[in-house]
Amino acid sequence: MTIASTTQQICFAVLSTTVVAGALGVVLLPNVVYAAFLLAGVFLSVAGLYLMLNASFVAAAQVLVYVGAVNVLILFAIMLVNKREDLAAIPGLGLRRLLSGLVCGGLFVLLIRVAFTTPWGSGPEPVGEEATIRIGEHLFSDYLLPFELASVLLLMAMIGAIVLARRDVFSQDIGTGEEVDQGLIEKARTPLLLDRSAR
Amino acid sequence: MDLSLSSGIPLQAFLVLAAVLFCTGVWGLINSRNAVRVLMSIELMLNAVNINLMAFSSYLDGQLIRGQVFAIFVITVAAAEAAVGLAILLSLYRNRDTVDMERFNLLRW
Repeated sequence: MTIASTTQQICFAVLSTTVVAGALGVVLLPNVVYAAFLLAGVFLSVAGLYLMLNASFVAAAQVLVYVGAVNVLILFAIMLVNKREDLAAIPGLGLRRLLSGLVCGGLFVLLIRVAFTTPWGSGPEPVGEEATIRIGEHLFSDYLLPFELASVLLLMAMIGAIVLARRDVFSQDIGTGEEVDQGLIEKARTPLLLDRSAR
Repeated sequence: MDLSLSSGIPLQAFLVLAAVLFCTGVWGLINSRNAVRVLMSIELMLNAVNINLMAFSSYLDGQLIRGQVFAIFVITVAAAEAAVGLAILLSLYRNRDTVDMERFNLLRW
């Protein structure tokens, strides 16, 4: 993918503006639903940046995993914990924000200084559109063990998430005392499912 | 074949963008009261790291794009982390009936 230099710079400017504005919105907006949708915008813009770096496979993975899975998961979590609560004021909030802002600003200055004082040099010619082939070769030769471990990790995460998020289900109906048809357990008649917070 | 990549945008532009994104994530991680927003800030920081990995892989390691392989592993771990984190958040919400980070203070001295 060879684009003219000016077009590349315009694309980079637009994408990076979207990323920065979206990230600020995620952090600063009071409504958490808007923050979640802005997070999807940030993920999509980052995928666009990957496309500019000739990494089409990672861009596709970014869209599929982050926008398709992680962001949907976050939206589900927002729906499941949807409770309007007035957060109690805590003392020293302004001071805390100022101090953490100073710490983050210091970290930013440090990173910028490292980025601009290090002589990066220039590497070999980028492979361009063959990147996907190279990634496949890596995943099945020298990164085979991490690749297989990632599958075990995903399985563990899936089982862990199911165990953690499962509700307590009783084998008897609390209201009537009769046996519960386990096949109907997800059709939420309220006595079937016991919410722990209701105790 | 693709010299415009190196000449069009310097490597530092990607590094600065990633630094901005990472610092925004750190600030949000410290200052968010809502636990879901804390998880979103962690995702922002992971994306900043991924941008760095991809930029280095393209500019400095153009032949053996090892950074892209690392970025794929980071994406995998981030997906697992999001699933487990949100499950923990749900069971925390059932137990404490709130998502306010200031009230999860059982382990505070």
